[in-house]
Amino acid sequence: MLAGMKFRDYYETLGVARTATLDDIKRAYRKLARKFHPDVNKEKDAEAKFKEVGEAYAVLKDPEKRAAYDRFGENWKAGQDFTPPPNWDAGFEFSGARPGAGGTGGGADFGEFSEFFESLFGRGGMGAMGGEGPRQGRTMRGRGEDHHAKVVIPLEDAYTGARRSLALRMPELDDEGRVALKTRNLEVTIPKGIRAGQNLRLQGQGGPGLGGGPPGDLYLEIEFEPHARFKVDGRDVAVEVSLAPWESELGATVRVPTPSGEVELTVPPHSGAGRKLRLRGRGLPGEPPGDLYAVVSVALPRAESDDEKEAYRALSKAFSRFAPRAE
Amino acid sequence: MTLPIVEVEYRLTLVELCRACNAREEDVRAWVDEGALEPEGRQPHDWRFASAALPRALTAARLARDFEIDARAIALVLELMDEIDRLRARIA
Repeated sequence: MLAGMKFRDYYETLGVARTATLDDIKRAYRKLARKFHPDVNKEKDAEAKFKEVGEAYAVLKDPEKRAAYDRFGENWKAGQDFTPPPNWDAGFEFSGARPGAGGTGGGADFGEFSEFFESLFGRGGMGAMGGEGPRQGRTMRGRGEDHHAKVVIPLEDAYTGARRSLALRMPELDDEGRVALKTRNLEVTIPKGIRAGQNLRLQGQGGPGLGGGPPGDLYLEIEFEPHARFKVDGRDVAVEVSLAPWESELGATVRVPTPSGEVELTVPPHSGAGRKLRLRGRGLPGEPPGDLYAVVSVALPRAESDDEKEAYRALSKAFSRFAPRAE
Repeated sequence: MTLPIVEVEYRLTLVELCRACNAREEDVRAWVDEGALEPEGRQPHDWRFASAALPRALTAARLARDFEIDARAIALVLELMDEIDRLRARIA
């Protein structure tokens, strides 16, 4: 059932020896957690690393779990295919929930532990393999939990608004009160003018209520797909516009791409590299709309033919007093 | 298929914000006291948090939980992160 599951070397993850003391483990964990915390570290794999480190710490800081895990000895290597031996956990008793799991899959949580962890210690770190069922006898009426999800949309969607189909994986209670991860498809209208980092609220689309209570809300955090041409800063959008030297110095009218289609841009004379030309109101729509900045870069034509070389020589003669390296 | 209602510019009460980021009321109050969050309204029961406060509160909740740090340290971390964002935007 758990095909392809890999062994995880928790000592390696934390970079500590198998003989490390609890203090060593704590220090190593804290340092790595600070380094990889997804709120602090914006690298793409930070969240995955943070989870791995948290999982390793959850096992190694707990003497019962660590002792059970140590039974595997050094025979296993990280990444090896792994199936837990039958009754491997006989004689161990696990207590306490995993760190930070406020409630069932809490709202501000970064997610689940690995399959490997769950095969050893069960879901939520409770008794492995057929221990107590998840949260039985909870009959009180309560509001469902609020859920959070990230939605990555193309920048163009923010200009026009869009309808998107989302597949959300969330824990749901089945008829017998068991928690199962279910995929829910949801069609959502992305409003025009949405910005990266904004949260949309969908009332009543979060976790189901308990005992007939109302459901929670769903919050969707918007993120833009990285774009090859456009850079977004709040409501403003920047695009690089490449000019020939004479266009940049004499002025020109050029066509510039924007997320809402090409526009004509009047380049005033003396628009050197790095100059930002503002197209008012061409950024993200809204009240007020953002601006679009065309950032000038200058492309130098390569002199191949005699005529072309002569043109550069004429330029040099005309600008005999030009000193590009002057302080 | 019925489309759910999507709210963009909503305001959250203290209770709603706590629920949305799974934080205790006393923690959110402490973050406000330290200036890490700036709701409209004078008294906690009048507080209204702009929707932009939610990602900030979520970050605060995660920092508090994962590093076991107090409100003052959280306010400092958030400010430093704002500064990093500004600097990053400048070099982008």
